[in-house]
Amino acid sequence: MSEKLQTIAQLEDKCVDIRSELLTFIHRIGMGHLGGELSIVEMTVALYYKYLNFDVMDPHKEGRDRFILSKGHCSETLYTIFSNLGAYTQDYMVEHFENLDQYKFGMHSNRKKCPQIEVSAGSLGHGLPIAVGYALGARYRKENYRVLVMIGDGEFDEGTNWEALMAGAHYKLNNLVCILDKNQLQMTGNTKQIMNIDPVADKVRAFGWNVIEIEDGNDMAQVCAALDQLPERDYTKEAAPTFIISNTVKGKGVSFMEGNHKWHGGGIGDEDLKIALADVEKMRKA
Amino acid sequence: MANTTYDFDMMLSNAREAYGEELYKMACEGKDFVFTYSDNVAPSTKAGQLIKEFPDRCFNFGIAEPDQVGASAGLALSGCTVFAQVFGPFLPLRAADQIHTDIAYNDVKVRLIGTHSGVTAGGGPTHNDIADLALYRAIPNLTVVVPADAGQCCKFIRASMDFDGPMIIRIDRAGSPNVYADNDYELEIGKAIETLEGTDAYIISCGSNLYECLMAAKAMKQKYGASIGILDMHTVKPMDNDAVLRVAQKTGNIVTVEDHSINGGLGGAVAEVLCEASYKGNFKRVGMPDEFAVLGSTDDIYHYYGMDRDGIESTLVKMLNLGK
Repeated sequence: MSEKLQTIAQLEDKCVDIRSELLTFIHRIGMGHLGGELSIVEMTVALYYKYLNFDVMDPHKEGRDRFILSKGHCSETLYTIFSNLGAYTQDYMVEHFENLDQYKFGMHSNRKKCPQIEVSAGSLGHGLPIAVGYALGARYRKENYRVLVMIGDGEFDEGTNWEALMAGAHYKLNNLVCILDKNQLQMTGNTKQIMNIDPVADKVRAFGWNVIEIEDGNDMAQVCAALDQLPERDYTKEAAPTFIISNTVKGKGVSFMEGNHKWHGGGIGDEDLKIALADVEKMRKA
Repeated sequence: MANTTYDFDMMLSNAREAYGEELYKMACEGKDFVFTYSDNVAPSTKAGQLIKEFPDRCFNFGIAEPDQVGASAGLALSGCTVFAQVFGPFLPLRAADQIHTDIAYNDVKVRLIGTHSGVTAGGGPTHNDIADLALYRAIPNLTVVVPADAGQCCKFIRASMDFDGPMIIRIDRAGSPNVYADNDYELEIGKAIETLEGTDAYIISCGSNLYECLMAAKAMKQKYGASIGILDMHTVKPMDNDAVLRVAQKTGNIVTVEDHSINGGLGGAVAEVLCEASYKGNFKRVGMPDEFAVLGSTDDIYHYYGMDRDGIESTLVKMLNLGK
């Protein structure tokens, strides 16, 4: 059974470890999407170390909660968490990263190669429709687990999300949770300027979802407060699905990356890594 | 060899109705599967009866095919065997990314039933499905079957319960005659059926076009004494390459017939096999040329493009130099 944490302080401390290990990993493999991978750290740490009924050492266990990372280009954060929880060493991940027919890990995750990944992802706008089907399947098969999907705010432009919003509400999928990582930046700039999704809370509410807004999605106490509100695992209950809007900062924790869309994708060099590691260590409270 | 309707009275086939009836039967037998659709199942059909009597396992996604196909992948990931009905071109064209990524790459047990294939829907090019095989042939993990008639469709539907991995079942609108007189023949995914044996030429086809091929072969025998064989390539992917080469070597005259663009479909697949084997015989693709189809009834469109029995006969006559 992989490690679970309970207190805010423990989870906050874990976020520093994950950021540090993520940066080292990206430095070694030479590619990643650090901006978005850093913005989702608090939410994914809260999920994997506290809220998900999921064991990385027994990833196909029946009845587990399903977490789908629809913004699949941020998979390195998940790999780092799997590694930190004991599934892989970082050396193993580096050795098997996009290594032709030996690969287990890639910039975009493949569930057939890495068993902790629930859904192979990469193309945007796919996770939410799949999650709707997954949640319907859980109900049909009378299984009590949550289906959680994380999407990006740039990704939210894709029309399939809005089709799936309709379906999730139509089928009253109370076991379905969608988390919007709203870091306000996409590859070439500010989401508001490129394609404004706001007022996203009103829009999603109008689609029939229960909306929870997190003012600062990089604040662990606020993240936990939101996740504490999730409905019980009860496949018989038909009610509105949950939509969490997590307002985050792209590149969170690294001074020169925060709020800079140029750190959407790419690797990190030796000098930048030193500064970045020092920056994230400053986030450690204890 | 399967018993064909070559010498039988015409018996109308309706694969679209038959697949629904088979699913309904399977549900009544206690087979465990779910069914998704996109507001495209008439209540009066057998699939409509399935929805009415087994509502807990049937999910309507409205007019939103990408969502339907993605959700079908999710249902399969949750452990369900999924049959998903999608109308004609809106499966391959609207939901191409979902077929590629959610279904094939994730390698899930979804049977995508594409109805109204080729030009059979009527309604013009927006409703023609003539590029799907070209797409499917290039996507790994997909198995693509094109039933010849209602009976064969039912056999595929039932067999697919025990088949792992994603599958496309391509069926036409309805109303074409049965190719096989009964269903008492062996059907193996990936293994072509030699529907008719021949010594002068072979037609390789799939789907309801096979019946027109049979009629053309019959006419060739009566008018010219020519022996035309027919290969039912019901599985377009993975294709039975050995069967293609066997009939090509036997006669040196190959015609492909399909309700699909001649680019990238069955004809293209056969051409690739023949070319790589350094085949030196005659070869002709019959199907939709590289243009958006004219408008009219399916029969008239088939005639216009030489895809009906007369057109196939003309192609064979020319290939075998039998004309006066």
